Amino acid sequence: MTTRTNRGRRGALWIRKAASVTGTVAVTFLGLLIVTFLIGRVVPVDPVLSVVGDRATQAQYDAAYRALGLDKPLVEQFWIWLLKVFQGDFGNSFLTTRPIAVDIARVFPATLELATVSIVIGTVIGIPMGVWAAVNQGRWIDHVVRVVGLIGYSAPVFWLGLMGLLLLYFKLDLVSGPGRVDITYEYDFTPKTGLFLIDTAMQGAWGAFGNVVSHIILPASLLGYLSLAYISRMTRSFMLNELSQEYITTARVKGVPEWRIIWVQAMRNAAVPLVTVIALSYANLLEGSVLTETVFAWPGLGLYLTNSLQNADMNAVLGGTLVIGAIFVGLNMVSDLLYTLLDARTRKR
Amino acid sequence: MYQRRLLASTALCALMLGATPVATFAETPPDTLVQAWSIDDIISLDPAEIFEFTASEIAGNTYETLITYDPKNVSDVFGKAADSWTVSEDGMTISFTMKADRTFASGNPITAEDAVFSLVRAVKLNKSPAFIIGQLGITPENADEMIVQTGDMTFDFKMDKAYSPSLALYCLTATVASVVDKKLAMEHEANGDFGYEWLKTNYAGSGPFIIKDWRPNEAVILERNENYSGEAAPMARVIYRHIPETSSQRLLLAKGDIDIARNLTAEDIAALKDDANIKIESGVKGSLYYLGMSQKNEYLSKPQVRQAMKYLVDYDAIANTIMSGKVKVHQAFLPEGFLGAYNENPFTLDIEKAKALLAEAGLADGFTVTMDTRNTPEITAMAQAMQQTMAQAGITLEIIPGDGKQTLTKYRARSHDIYIGRWGPDFQDPHTNSSTFAYNPDNSDEATSKPLAWRNAWDIPELTASTDAAMLESDPDKRAEMYIADQKKVMEEGPFVIYAQEIEVLGERANVNGVIVGPSFNDNNFSKVTK
Repeated sequence: MTTRTNRGRRGALWIRKAASVTGTVAVTFLGLLIVTFLIGRVVPVDPVLSVVGDRATQAQYDAAYRALGLDKPLVEQFWIWLLKVFQGDFGNSFLTTRPIAVDIARVFPATLELATVSIVIGTVIGIPMGVWAAVNQGRWIDHVVRVVGLIGYSAPVFWLGLMGLLLLYFKLDLVSGPGRVDITYEYDFTPKTGLFLIDTAMQGAWGAFGNVVSHIILPASLLGYLSLAYISRMTRSFMLNELSQEYITTARVKGVPEWRIIWVQAMRNAAVPLVTVIALSYANLLEGSVLTETVFAWPGLGLYLTNSLQNADMNAVLGGTLVIGAIFVGLNMVSDLLYTLLDARTRKR
Repeated sequence: MYQRRLLASTALCALMLGATPVATFAETPPDTLVQAWSIDDIISLDPAEIFEFTASEIAGNTYETLITYDPKNVSDVFGKAADSWTVSEDGMTISFTMKADRTFASGNPITAEDAVFSLVRAVKLNKSPAFIIGQLGITPENADEMIVQTGDMTFDFKMDKAYSPSLALYCLTATVASVVDKKLAMEHEANGDFGYEWLKTNYAGSGPFIIKDWRPNEAVILERNENYSGEAAPMARVIYRHIPETSSQRLLLAKGDIDIARNLTAEDIAALKDDANIKIESGVKGSLYYLGMSQKNEYLSKPQVRQAMKYLVDYDAIANTIMSGKVKVHQAFLPEGFLGAYNENPFTLDIEKAKALLAEAGLADGFTVTMDTRNTPEITAMAQAMQQTMAQAGITLEIIPGDGKQTLTKYRARSHDIYIGRWGPDFQDPHTNSSTFAYNPDNSDEATSKPLAWRNAWDIPELTASTDAAMLESDPDKRAEMYIADQKKVMEEGPFVIYAQEIEVLGERANVNGVIVGPSFNDNNFSKVTK
């Protein structure tokens, strides 16, 4: 009887929690879309010009103006758009003439692939660097890590990209140049997922795989470096906090090996806030980095959205905003979930 | 101990991530021409809608117009899909005969039915370039009666007036007059759109290449048309890669990963000049760089101020230093190469003369004025040069930087003081520029026709009448004289400081031969290119 009551209570709790999460997400999305929609309408760019060009007659201009629904009140325009979205129709981009969903499905994998490799690089190098700096607080290693981080924070990504290309691509021939894959390999595989590393590997096109790796490594290292700067600084700070705790002193007194104290005991606790740091870095990368995408001719979400916004292609901008919103909400949920897995205290709440 | 282990593991991670295959693929396939270009201006692949630089060039290589001209000598007009034509005695009908035994890429034969369909659909769809045919008196309502098939391979093209024959013929060399495969387009028709929705991203032409794929902001892939009725192109593929950053284009070209770079800056060109593997190819284009001065501005509306502004631009510095090799000085509204183009450049930088003119206008102490400036490096550099020279005469030029669409929006709304712009002709007849720089039938804010003269609020009934008269003049010599007179008038009195004509510059790998750089973008041709 008691068990059933507990179960019922737990079920109701879950339903309430799910409803609250859904409500929060819905309000977040609606707010996001309203703001984006309004920004799109106050941008001093005439979207009709992007459709009809500079030479159109007034009649052609007026026809396009009506076709875009711009003659209707702003609230009505938004409402019409929202209704269509609920029916799964995000409209067409008037720049690429294709459905927004098709466009995003084309550009997002490029960004996803780049962001994922970048965050892996940033995390795998950034965390040990941060730990190393924390363990050697105040010594030269700590200073080196700080300088490395500072450069990552402050150097313009555009400049770093061009210098990287000049040195590693042009002079040393260690990596491939801008683009995702060389023309020679472009026809060796069929893009199915849009993630070229996976597509080439799954289809056994190893020559193309190597080429894709040699193309992605430089922009990913660059973006990875920017994440690394942040992750290493935050890791250092979290670790310093943990290493000053009493349980660490106790462990040392008990003779626990130093590597175990750092990597198992201190890290287990430092990892909790680190999850949020990494999730946020990843979300930022998934928005697409316009400058990196420009220098490396990477046809990703950042370039797509910037181009759309500059041309007041609002369907595309709103569609992209939804995707970015979904990424942030999704990654927040994942990091919340990881919190409960990593931190026993949150489970009890 | 743990430190050493930590160091080793960190180094190993870095090594693993850095261990990439050595990339030495610096060569494009021998049968493929790879170009780097900023291709984000493409919004449609339908010839009835194409009006942008990149898409025009693609259409020029994949579609055939009814008639065409020699890019090296534009007065040499000849048939492409059409075999011959005759002009009726009243000058109001052109009768065309199509070339026999020619096919579209689909294998369908090219007939007069296709030509009539293509012209009528362009007029009825009424997209931006439709006016090129429409200005000959053909409207969506009368198109079926004006463009009439008279036999399997013949049709009549009627006009509402006896326009200058060269005007009518040059209009039919424009992309909008490309011959579209009727059968294929109509197979994809929806809601009476003549296949428009489908053709925006697909292909139904007969040129030396076919459009295989367009991936927006990524690439356009052309493939050799195996059913081409002319001489087959040596290249099996022409690939346009979207590389927006010019420095990246330069690195790719120098490395041999692309064959042609299309957006090199003057700085890039200078740096590549000494590279034995690179050659620089150029061609004079019809585009003009100019300043548009709004006559709604109290200072700029004074004739002496308009004159003074023309003496406050350092033409030589712009052509030879800032844009080094990418423009030449040109000051008339008809670009060099056009019938009646006036190629004298009477204005030079002359601060004293400008000061005297300003004093005459009662503005000896100068004035302040804004200039809407597109935020590209080259336009910005030119604007800054003008800011300096104008300051020497006491004029404070405030540069308002903005994105291209943003500045254009303001310009079209007539809310600018000065707009620094670029204007490309729509076809090779002088009427194209005359009808915008020297034509303004209604200067009111509610006008339906909004040429450049309107945008700058320049009310010119006499020049408007002169432009109308010149388009009807059938004698080429007389017509040229009329245009020269109009150009001189605009040069002296107009609100335009026309200062340069564009030269298109391509950086090519040394082994690339046969590229034709024509006066307009749809004349750029790659069908004879070898590597």
